Amino acid sequence: MRLTVNGENHDLAVATLAELLAALDYEGDWLATAVNGELVHRADRSGHALSDRDRIEILSPMKGG
Amino acid sequence: MLTLYGQDLRSRLLLGTARYPSPAALEDAVRSSGTEIVTVSLRRETAGGRQGGAFFELIRALGVHVLPNTAGCHSVSEAVLTAKMAREVFGTNWLKLEVIGHHDTLQPDVFALVEAARILSDEGFEVFPYTTDDLVVAERLLEAGCKVLMPWCAPIGSAMGPQNIPALRAIRANFPDVPLIVDAGIGRPSHATTVMELGFDAVLLNTAVAGAARPALMASAFAAAIDAGRQAFEAGMLEPRDFAVPSTPVIGKAVFA
Repeated sequence: MRLTVNGENHDLAVATLAELLAALDYEGDWLATAVNGELVHRADRSGHALSDRDRIEILSPMKGG
Repeated sequence: MLTLYGQDLRSRLLLGTARYPSPAALEDAVRSSGTEIVTVSLRRETAGGRQGGAFFELIRALGVHVLPNTAGCHSVSEAVLTAKMAREVFGTNWLKLEVIGHHDTLQPDVFALVEAARILSDEGFEVFPYTTDDLVVAERLLEAGCKVLMPWCAPIGSAMGPQNIPALRAIRANFPDVPLIVDAGIGRPSHATTVMELGFDAVLLNTAVAGAARPALMASAFAAAIDAGRQAFEAGMLEPRDFAVPSTPVIGKAVFA
């Protein structure tokens, strides 16, 4: 399935958001995730099924003013 | 004592965490500023990356309150989603709301700002809006649910210092009970003293400290300047007058000629 992760296209055989994070080696309790412009809470990632062409954002803390 | 959304604070300096020469320089500046609130942001994490985690650990170790921002957002929907993602990561309802309207001046899009502030306040966020010095916009932000306002005194990172003192005075005079933080545009400690003398409650700094040759020393200079301005405001200052007034009493003065 074709997924866009942080603006980059990936062809991945994953069913859920949690599987996507594991497949791309994302880990840590400091990540926030959104699918198609909607926040997906940490606790909901394993139950959140992905579909072809979904757009996923994975953000983490950064310095800011 | 300063109270922001129910949180009592001793320090009247809020400090940004960007643009320091090193993480150690950031840590030293935070410590010597005495700040109790630092601003942070969110960015895309690279696959397999641990950068965000390292930064998060550094911030947690400082033991200060965290104020996440929506820097770089140009629309209501972007700002609202970023805010929700920040709450997920940082575990706080506090939010420095920025909706940028102009690329060169980084001037806030105040129309989008008010709309985003209303949406986020309704969702339980405690919004610190980065706004201009416009009095009517300030009023709309309060109506939208904001309990703190953060007007600029000059464009972000410009170091120009207060450009429109009458506008800042007007905001202070119209909202005597609202905590007001000058955010953006301060370059020197004397600028911070000036706005504190006007009765502003606190100052948010980043570039002025991070860009100094010695950030930690500049942080403590700002802390002293902010305290001086606050004490002067509380002490009550003289108004300027056109003529001299002798400070030494003239009564009983000897007459030699």
